[in-house]
Amino acid sequence: MIPVLLIVIPLLSGCISFFLKNETTARLWALVSTLITLTVSVLGVTYFTSNPQWITDVEWIPSLGSRFSVAGDGMGKLLSMLTAVSFPIIFIATYKSSYQKANQFYAFMLLSQAGLMGVFLSIDALLFYFFWELALIPAYFLCSIWGGERRIPVTFKFFIYTFIASLLMLVAIIYMYSKTPDHSFALNSFYNVKLSYQEESWLFWLFFIAFAVKMPIFPFHTWQPDTYEQSPTATTMVLSGIMVKMGVFGMIRWLVPILPTATWAWGDTVSTLCIFGMIYASLIAIQQDDLKRLIAYSSIAHIGLMCLAIFATNEMSMQGVMIQMFNHGINIIGLWIVVELIERQFKTRKLSELGGLAQKAPVLAILLVVVSLANTALPLTNAFIGEFLMFSGIFSSVATKYNIVFAATAGISIILSAIYTLNMIQKVFYGNTNSITVAAKDIRLNEKMILGIIVIGILVIGVYPKPILEITQGTVESILSRMVTKQP
Amino acid sequence: MMFSGIISKRSSVIRYIAIAGLTILLACNILELGGTRFFNFDVHKMLVFDSFGLLFNSIALASTLIFVLLSGRDMEKVGVHVAEYYALIFFILCGVSVASSFNTLLMLFLGIEIISIPLYILTGSDKRNLKSNEASLKYFLMGAFSTGLMLMGIALIYGAQGNFMIGYGAKTLSPLMSAGLLLLLFSMAFKVSAAPFHFWTPDVYDGAPTVFTSFMATVVKAAAFIAFIRLFSGSFGNVQPQWQLMVALITAATLLVGNITAVFQQSVKRMLAYSSIAQAGFMMFALVALNNKASEGLIFYTAAYCLATIGVFAILIKMKDYTFEGFNGLAKTHPVLAGTNAIFLLSLAGIPATAGFMAKFYMLSAAVDDGHVLWLVILGVVCAAISVYYYFRVIQAMYFKEGEAQEIETTPAFRGLLIGIAIIVIVLGIFPQWLIDNLYYFIPDL
Repeated sequence: MIPVLLIVIPLLSGCISFFLKNETTARLWALVSTLITLTVSVLGVTYFTSNPQWITDVEWIPSLGSRFSVAGDGMGKLLSMLTAVSFPIIFIATYKSSYQKANQFYAFMLLSQAGLMGVFLSIDALLFYFFWELALIPAYFLCSIWGGERRIPVTFKFFIYTFIASLLMLVAIIYMYSKTPDHSFALNSFYNVKLSYQEESWLFWLFFIAFAVKMPIFPFHTWQPDTYEQSPTATTMVLSGIMVKMGVFGMIRWLVPILPTATWAWGDTVSTLCIFGMIYASLIAIQQDDLKRLIAYSSIAHIGLMCLAIFATNEMSMQGVMIQMFNHGINIIGLWIVVELIERQFKTRKLSELGGLAQKAPVLAILLVVVSLANTALPLTNAFIGEFLMFSGIFSSVATKYNIVFAATAGISIILSAIYTLNMIQKVFYGNTNSITVAAKDIRLNEKMILGIIVIGILVIGVYPKPILEITQGTVESILSRMVTKQP
Repeated sequence: MMFSGIISKRSSVIRYIAIAGLTILLACNILELGGTRFFNFDVHKMLVFDSFGLLFNSIALASTLIFVLLSGRDMEKVGVHVAEYYALIFFILCGVSVASSFNTLLMLFLGIEIISIPLYILTGSDKRNLKSNEASLKYFLMGAFSTGLMLMGIALIYGAQGNFMIGYGAKTLSPLMSAGLLLLLFSMAFKVSAAPFHFWTPDVYDGAPTVFTSFMATVVKAAAFIAFIRLFSGSFGNVQPQWQLMVALITAATLLVGNITAVFQQSVKRMLAYSSIAQAGFMMFALVALNNKASEGLIFYTAAYCLATIGVFAILIKMKDYTFEGFNGLAKTHPVLAGTNAIFLLSLAGIPATAGFMAKFYMLSAAVDDGHVLWLVILGVVCAAISVYYYFRVIQAMYFKEGEAQEIETTPAFRGLLIGIAIIVIVLGIFPQWLIDNLYYFIPDL
């Protein structure tokens, strides 16, 4: 019941939002709807945790053997909770932003939330694909209508990129489906498919490209910085906070356990791509002058690490990925909120045009420093837990011969991330004020509250990550039991 | 129908008669599909009304009904002989039902000809327009040629098997039989505008009055496909391995030509002409695979494609400027038109939650099930991605670009109907079962 609610509430309220006339009403409606979703999700994770409450399985297209089956395992619960938490945060943080045709804006936002929930909760491949695309279409409209100057070509590139990749995945899904013993799209039937190594390899790459584009993994990342830069900030938060997790999630649920041999065999290749992308993205991030692009590239580096950890195939690395998916979502949304605040006040995102904000806006400065340090995985912050687990997992991995090389080179990217993050803090907050920043004001109460909540979340998870790790324990074990770490 | 023009000079009366006629036909057809028998002619097994044919007839009738409801008024602007236009359309429908239920090659030929000849006239119905005349002549000459090929093919097959019945299912291919097969394949490929027999399509679709293009590109093309698959699964199903590669190559060529050429078009009408070639490429998947899923899929595809294309054309007819720029800013001035048009285009592009996705999905999975043509599946997927480019150009123009407000007159009924079709497109996309089930309701075999 709970998964259905999580999908249907945003879906319905999104559709209704198209018919709201007034901007204030639409905004309030969206906020209330996401708060209800959040309540359902929190209740589901804390109170109604039994299986029947988390599984719904009804007939959908019997002639194809596809069922509307949604269920939340640990990973599904965690990511649906991330989705449920993020949207109210995004709406409150951008509460003061005004949009043309606001009803449509909020409608598309809610629809994308529904799509995301569906992706994280469906355990039927066709249904998964359905929601996967459904999350994309609203994002396309959001970026194209409300984005920056170059929005149309940029968003189009983004769309074509992800659409081609998804279609490749569709081919893989259909192929898997034709091989299932009982002609069904259910995840469990996919587990039981026996394939030759050659088939597995082909399917592996078809799936991998779809997920790699979403995440994005080098060399499929070229759409990402442009899109993040051109999208309205609220959408960027959704894209980077939650939508990239679709890629990581998809890999863990639909790729690694289904095609274990190919995963093992191609693990080193993928890991090399990840490492290369991490270093490359970090180096570019150091050069960036635009805040949005800087954060976009830093996101590529962080996601690369997660992908690397998936292919390390052990419990620590997997748990690290799980908790880091949640953390990265929260942290990057925090960063975008700060960017939004800065941009709204000064009408610029250029590092070279900012400076000396710490004197004028001390609260903003403190909050930003905490969020950005969390982004570089400083101890006591949430990201430290995730990255520590991932690194020790990669280091002790037995699935690859190059575990030490991978861990060491990935470590370099952490150092690089410290460089660009500190550089950003310094350029924005310290130094002398200039003509643009001299009239700076500190942030308002609602912004303080939201950033405050994020910062508290960062610190709490940083000190006491156990509840989250417990949620995902079961998923990690069942996935690892299907993976292989040596030549079969 | 033809004589209704004598009874009344007012075109609206004729339209209402047509609508009433279509509704009655549709109702009869659906009842028949449900198992009620109305007439029992002895057709000497020349025609077989199985659920496949009947379901398609219902789709064709429903599409025509929607077409008349949406664009009937525009048809009256083409010329003065309104009653004749309706009469010709009814003739075509007669041909459609023959072509969807034939059991002998003779009936196939009759059906295809009853469809084609009124079409030549409709294409040229805008008598004062040079392009329309040119299109008509071109269509006629090319069509006559392909008819010749078809007759030749039928004659050869008659020579080979000694009768006209389909379903004899040659086990081996004699030289006569294979020559006949090739000729039939080419002439049918011409009728469904598959490459490399597609050259007439853009010119004819562009030259014909837009209302009739809409009809031609949907109901007629779908009927030709149904005849195509009936013929090939009935007559040549057993020797599929011999011709599969050839059909696969035609499919690949059609997909590539249609999609790539559509990218470069400046006029939406011409783009739709090429897109109809591209969609034909997808429907060809059914022929390549030729299994149960393929025939289910083809029925579904025709329904999805007809609905969406009729909708897009109905909106296009209302526009004064057929270029992409003509659509600029439509979302601001006419939100309903833009919204429904966007849904139709998304469906044509095959985005999930629309009927078009399920249709493409059926086609792809039929081809994967077949197992021999995986390269074609990958090509199809790439082409589907290309198609997104040109369909989305219209959406971009409507939603993201500023434009001058155009004077477009629409009645509330027109808008309501568009919304209705859009809802059907979405419902079919989410619950395709509703349509597919009907296929097995009455007679469980093709």
